[in-house]
Amino acid sequence: MAISRRKFLGCLTAAVGATTGVGSLAHAASNKAFKGYPDSFGVLHDSTKCIGCRKCEQACNEVNGLAKPEKPFDDLKVLEERRRTDEAAYTVVNKFGPTVFAKTQCNHCQEPACASACFVKAFKKDKTGAVIYDESLCVGCRYCMVACPFNVPAYTYNDPLTPKVTKCTLCHPRIIEGKLPGCVEICPKEALVFGKRADLVKLAWKRINQAPGHYVQHVYGEHEMGGTSWLYLSGIPFEQIGMREDLGTTSAPQLTSGALASVPIVVGLWPVLLTGVYAIAKRKDKIAKEEQDTAVKDAIDQATEEMNKQLTQLKDKMTKEQQTAVANEVKKALEEAAKKAEEEVEEAAKADTPDAGKEDE
Amino acid sequence: MDQEKNAYPGESYNWFTPFNILTAIVLAVGLVLTILRFTQGIGAVTNLDNNNPWGLWIGFDLLCGVALAAGGFTTSAACYIFGLKRFHSAVRPAILTAFLGYALVVFALHYDVGRPWKLPYPIFVSQGTSSLLFEVGLCVFLYLTVLFIEWTPAAFEWLGFKGLRKMVVRLTLVLTIFGVVLSTLHQSSLGALFMIAPSKLHPLWYSGYLHVYFFISAIFAGLSMVIFEGTMAHKWLHDKMDDTHLAEADGVAFGFAKAASFIMMGYVGIKIIGLAVDNNWHYLGTGWGAWFLVELIGFVLFPAILYSAGAREKNLKLVRIAGIWTVLGIVLNRFNISMIAFNYHLPDADRYFPSIPEIGTTIFIVFVGITAYRFITAKMPILYEHPDYKDEH
Repeated sequence: MAISRRKFLGCLTAAVGATTGVGSLAHAASNKAFKGYPDSFGVLHDSTKCIGCRKCEQACNEVNGLAKPEKPFDDLKVLEERRRTDEAAYTVVNKFGPTVFAKTQCNHCQEPACASACFVKAFKKDKTGAVIYDESLCVGCRYCMVACPFNVPAYTYNDPLTPKVTKCTLCHPRIIEGKLPGCVEICPKEALVFGKRADLVKLAWKRINQAPGHYVQHVYGEHEMGGTSWLYLSGIPFEQIGMREDLGTTSAPQLTSGALASVPIVVGLWPVLLTGVYAIAKRKDKIAKEEQDTAVKDAIDQATEEMNKQLTQLKDKMTKEQQTAVANEVKKALEEAAKKAEEEVEEAAKADTPDAGKEDE
Repeated sequence: MDQEKNAYPGESYNWFTPFNILTAIVLAVGLVLTILRFTQGIGAVTNLDNNNPWGLWIGFDLLCGVALAAGGFTTSAACYIFGLKRFHSAVRPAILTAFLGYALVVFALHYDVGRPWKLPYPIFVSQGTSSLLFEVGLCVFLYLTVLFIEWTPAAFEWLGFKGLRKMVVRLTLVLTIFGVVLSTLHQSSLGALFMIAPSKLHPLWYSGYLHVYFFISAIFAGLSMVIFEGTMAHKWLHDKMDDTHLAEADGVAFGFAKAASFIMMGYVGIKIIGLAVDNNWHYLGTGWGAWFLVELIGFVLFPAILYSAGAREKNLKLVRIAGIWTVLGIVLNRFNISMIAFNYHLPDADRYFPSIPEIGTTIFIVFVGITAYRFITAKMPILYEHPDYKDEH
């Protein structure tokens, strides 16, 4: 069988393709780290510049066509209570102390927990940086909400027929049109900067380095949970502006990759192990049965032998007894006969005493 | 077993027993709650909110439902794989309970998820293979199918389909192995679901071994449920049992008690290893630590000791108490992980407690299960052997 050079090269390419494919699939459990899509966008929120005007909330509401809130956006008394994102607000600004404010919305993780957790792939990390949600696939299990370390996704619990998850889209539809996200565009204090994430990281560190006393030496979101597309600067510890500092830098998919990796191993090994256990149990039963059978057979043999022996003995005994009896009988008979003969002789002798001589003649 | 004893209650049957009346009330209330849920939305009947997306319907109906239905795979594995044939009469009731348990889990999920008609999506439309919930969904779907097939011989005997029955019985070993594989996977994956949220679950309950803990605890949960159901069935369905079942029942209870005790001791061991691996000892001095010890010592170690004492002294009552205690311990553990120690960092005002309609729906679902169990054990050869197939094994 001949193989042409072309065919051989074709096979080689296919093989290389296959191995590279496998390589990229296996990367979840390898030591490679996903650094995010190159040139993906993000937003830098410099909370030291935020004045809590709620303009971003208003713009967000309008851009996304959300329901108008009861209290208007220029009512700043709303800031007195702690709020979170929900179906009516994809972003909220909270007040921490007299002049400290911070904005909350989806952080658009580099490796999103929601996307990793979703069992229908309703979440997708887009190459623009946005984490996009597809309502048409969503079953409504809300595991994304359990998984999100920032407690961002919300659910329309009161909608009986078409409930859905709601969250900031990074204004993905506007970005692809070349526009800025609604909140960034309206911000009057430039507390929000839109740009490529890589540039924003540099910008954030530049600001910290230019005014070290003004900022905490940390860019929140640079590494948190594997990094996020939204980045934050703060003048006071992040914990004090409602952001958790104990999230770590491990991305969400890595947290569950070990457990997921054990799945195929169980599928592969369990049937082998269990069939083995079954075979051993069955063999044990078989051997036990064989042993039992042998034991029973031995017992029967032994019993038979014993019985035969006893029988023989009995027979012997009986024969002996019989013989003795016969002998006795014979003896008796002989004795009797002898006696009789004697008696006869005596009688004859008595009767023939006178002619004894005659008889003897 | 004479057939009259198993005959479905005829005209002379008294329908108005206290339990039947209670069942009727619960089912009627459940129907109302069902209508409310599907016309007004999840928000109208539950206390779920954006911080607490999973509540009682996941914590009890899914997590406890699946764990407590583990009796199916443990019993059938003990009998058919490990060759412990003296447990044979326990297999059918255990398979039936497991099948009903899983069916109810899926039924309950229809209440909890937003758009239940899309429940087949993860398997047939868009597979999110990176999700542990996908793993759970796929395994539960497959295992429900396996359990259904494992249960069909009882139905075929009732209906008199001898050929079909014979065909399914031949598959016993393959189905049992498949069942153990699937159970290992989804029992453990239910625990692994929470591994994605280390920032939300209290460190005493969060562990890199969560999936192992869930699997091991499911085994003794299943064994304990078999003992517990045995207790219930002996009390209420005694007349449905044949001599073999009655003769083997005590042996099953003692054998399972011994096994459960052994496994529970091992579980306590790996929980302590978990504490050491994450160096979480210092949390034991806190309030959460006390609660953790209540769970581990009060509801695992203590019933394990009760089990071993009961098995050694052949004290059936002790074994039964240990059974109920262990079942409660499993419920406590699943509640801790899904609700009590979950979101432990949130202020009290943001914490979750189930609403009355939520609790009502859960009770309704449990009663649907009990009613189905009673119906099937009344009609089909579950607690007794069908006279036609008596000498087959």
